[in-house]
Amino acid sequence: MGETDALLSAHDISKSFFGFKALEHVDFSVRRGEIHALLGENGAGKSTLIKVLTGVHRPDAGTIVLNGEPVDVRDPLHAQKLGVGTVYQEVNLLPNLSVAENLYIGRQPKRFGLTHAGAMNRMARALLAQYDIDIDVKAPLASFSVAVQQLVAIARAVDMSGSVLILDEPTASLDRHEVQLLFSVMRKLRERGLGIVFITHFLDQVYAVADRITVLRNGRLVGTRDRAALPRMELVSMMLGRALEAVTEHGHRAPPAAGTAPAIEFSAYGLSRSVAPFDLAIAPGEVVGIAGLLGSGRTETARLMFGIDHADSGKATVDGKAVRITSPREAVRLGFGLCPEDRKADGIIGDLSVRENIALALQARRGWLKRMSSREQAELADRFVKALDIRTTDIEKPVKLLSGGNQQKVILARWLATEPRLLILDEPTRGIDVGAHAEIIQLINRLCAEGLALVVISSEIEEIMAYSTRVRVLRDREHICDLTGAEISTGTIMRTIAASEGAGA
Amino acid sequence: MMSSRLTPFFATLVIFALAYAVCVFQFPNMASTRVAGNLLTDNAFLGIAAVGMTFVILSGGIDLSVGAVIAFTGVLISVLVSWYGVHPLAAFAIALAVSTAFGAAMGAAIHYLEVPAFIVTLAGMFLARGMAFVIATDSIPINHAFYSAVQKMYVLMPGGGRLTLIGGLMLAVFAAGIVIAHYTRFGSYVYAIGGNRQSAELMGVPVARTTIGIYALSGFLSGLAGVVFSLYTSAGYSLATVGVELDAIAAVVIGGTLLTGGVGLVAGTFFGVVIQGLIQTYIVFDGTLSSWWTKIVVGILLFAFIALQRLLVLAGDRGAANRKTA
Repeated sequence: MGETDALLSAHDISKSFFGFKALEHVDFSVRRGEIHALLGENGAGKSTLIKVLTGVHRPDAGTIVLNGEPVDVRDPLHAQKLGVGTVYQEVNLLPNLSVAENLYIGRQPKRFGLTHAGAMNRMARALLAQYDIDIDVKAPLASFSVAVQQLVAIARAVDMSGSVLILDEPTASLDRHEVQLLFSVMRKLRERGLGIVFITHFLDQVYAVADRITVLRNGRLVGTRDRAALPRMELVSMMLGRALEAVTEHGHRAPPAAGTAPAIEFSAYGLSRSVAPFDLAIAPGEVVGIAGLLGSGRTETARLMFGIDHADSGKATVDGKAVRITSPREAVRLGFGLCPEDRKADGIIGDLSVRENIALALQARRGWLKRMSSREQAELADRFVKALDIRTTDIEKPVKLLSGGNQQKVILARWLATEPRLLILDEPTRGIDVGAHAEIIQLINRLCAEGLALVVISSEIEEIMAYSTRVRVLRDREHICDLTGAEISTGTIMRTIAASEGAGA
Repeated sequence: MMSSRLTPFFATLVIFALAYAVCVFQFPNMASTRVAGNLLTDNAFLGIAAVGMTFVILSGGIDLSVGAVIAFTGVLISVLVSWYGVHPLAAFAIALAVSTAFGAAMGAAIHYLEVPAFIVTLAGMFLARGMAFVIATDSIPINHAFYSAVQKMYVLMPGGGRLTLIGGLMLAVFAAGIVIAHYTRFGSYVYAIGGNRQSAELMGVPVARTTIGIYALSGFLSGLAGVVFSLYTSAGYSLATVGVELDAIAAVVIGGTLLTGGVGLVAGTFFGVVIQGLIQTYIVFDGTLSSWWTKIVVGILLFAFIALQRLLVLAGDRGAANRKTA
């Protein structure tokens, strides 16, 4: 409050929607030449604050000061003109237009009253060269990776606004290398004197680039601190408002008693150009964590096991009997379940209710002729809503209205309803807040204790350590090795991934 | 990737070349500029309307009112000229003003009421057709010196073919359409809205102004097509040009424009129109085929193009997936 060197600051901002207080007396400021991380669980008020700063919402109370002048931001375009540019997680550019057109639409250079494509393309190349991006600016944006699109969006926002840049979860769909690229761009922009607001769920990333950290919780400001003066544990407890229990309890879990026969075995199972042949035996009560970098073949392994892709080598056995998994339908019949990585695209059906989403897999397994009555579905849904603590006002609520963590639980419930023997979870905690994160991990541990066999894919090593009885490390589409017992530690996993990377180079 | 976006356009060119080769092989006379001249004249009104339709479809919309607006302007002009003695040029100006305003009103309804273009222009279709009937139910002939003079205007092409005024007008409209689509901000806004309306709005594209402009343009060109149709037939009839909007949509899609918007070329629509004209000409030359074969072939081509576009989109998605993991 009252910072003299602030580029953009918000004082005493309150905003409520239909009586729900989204923001209460929040102060926030960005200085020239700093990266300011804005953190909080889902529903903490981060997006509301950003929307107030960029003119999507008008605050009920409070003032916004830009360069020392109070401003009334009317809409995002006005914010852009004032110098505040925003880049969202889902790149809000036009995939069908060329890169250059995306950068300059609405302000194309003109010659003889007509737009001058040659000059525009030259300007675009020069602009992107500042970010060390050398691409064909005439090609449609859709032909480039998400990371490049993200950088184009940033280049556009900086070029148009040029004093404050707001990045709303920009790293959510980037791989490690791309994140580094983004960070180097952010650092460069910081040196140019921009104020950058960085919203993310990844604490590692906060500690990698941020100068200051502001934490919101339940629409209130918890505090703003210098990164250097804020230990990680303290940050997490600021975010949660309580000390972490489940997640901090590191260390490996005991493997199931020796002698438990593997229920499901894959041997030399593989698909050329997808995953190299691998052996994997999973016993009831076992959680196999799959670790590896993005693109190492983690998701491909899951797709193969669930019959989405068809193996071209090796065989699979269930209870000693050879089986052919030729389709997800067949996999479901065998008692497999898969919670996919992209929950919104492949998992939930947003417009259907919680009840319908939960009943879906069980209904599919029964066949469409034996329709479940609504009452039966409702009982099922009620049972799982209680068992998994799914927070919804009503089982008839459309799933898309639930928070990410609760959506994930609905998908879990859907599969658990079929009483599976093997459940494959691909990034079960992606994009959900820290509290729900811990609950999902506890849930995994509980399911495992109940004798379910689980395969869990995750990018977060600490998370894998929290539930795995065995860790399978993947690299370059190959299964490298298994770590068990005392071998399961951050160091070993990292070293295994890194060492094999080195060996492969 | 750029090439895959243009693939439907190239496919159109290939189909045009093949169709032309087949025609010329069977009926060598079809290679003459006379046939070309007639083809342009006969399809002038369709081509002009199809240019407007191209902009509408590029923006992700649809305009079902085109045929009805052509008929309405035709009737309006014939009534003004034959009953009220208005000079044709003045009648044209009135008709164009009315059709442009009609299009703009539909655009405004689509944007501000957030009603799908399909519904708004369907209503516009009934409205325009109904108004044509209110003005006159019978066909009204136009006998005016200006009409006879204009109908005699043509440029002689090498080989004896005649490029009539209305044929030439269609070519000019296509040229203007290409310039608007690719060399103006308005053109880039049309593609932007077709790509993603919400993103376009966030990026500062004036969506309201552009949407109204697109439908006003389509209305204007439908009116111009009505003027051309009036010159072509020397009459105005409220039952004329039923279903022309569907021919125009077919020409746009066969020309390689994505029905979902955002991708396509005005030049492609030209070949879409010419391919339809070529099929008609072939049927005339053959003499034994029913003219319904035009519809059948157009139907097959449409289906083939929609399938082709779908396959390209799927291939593009797969390409994107590969890039991401690479």
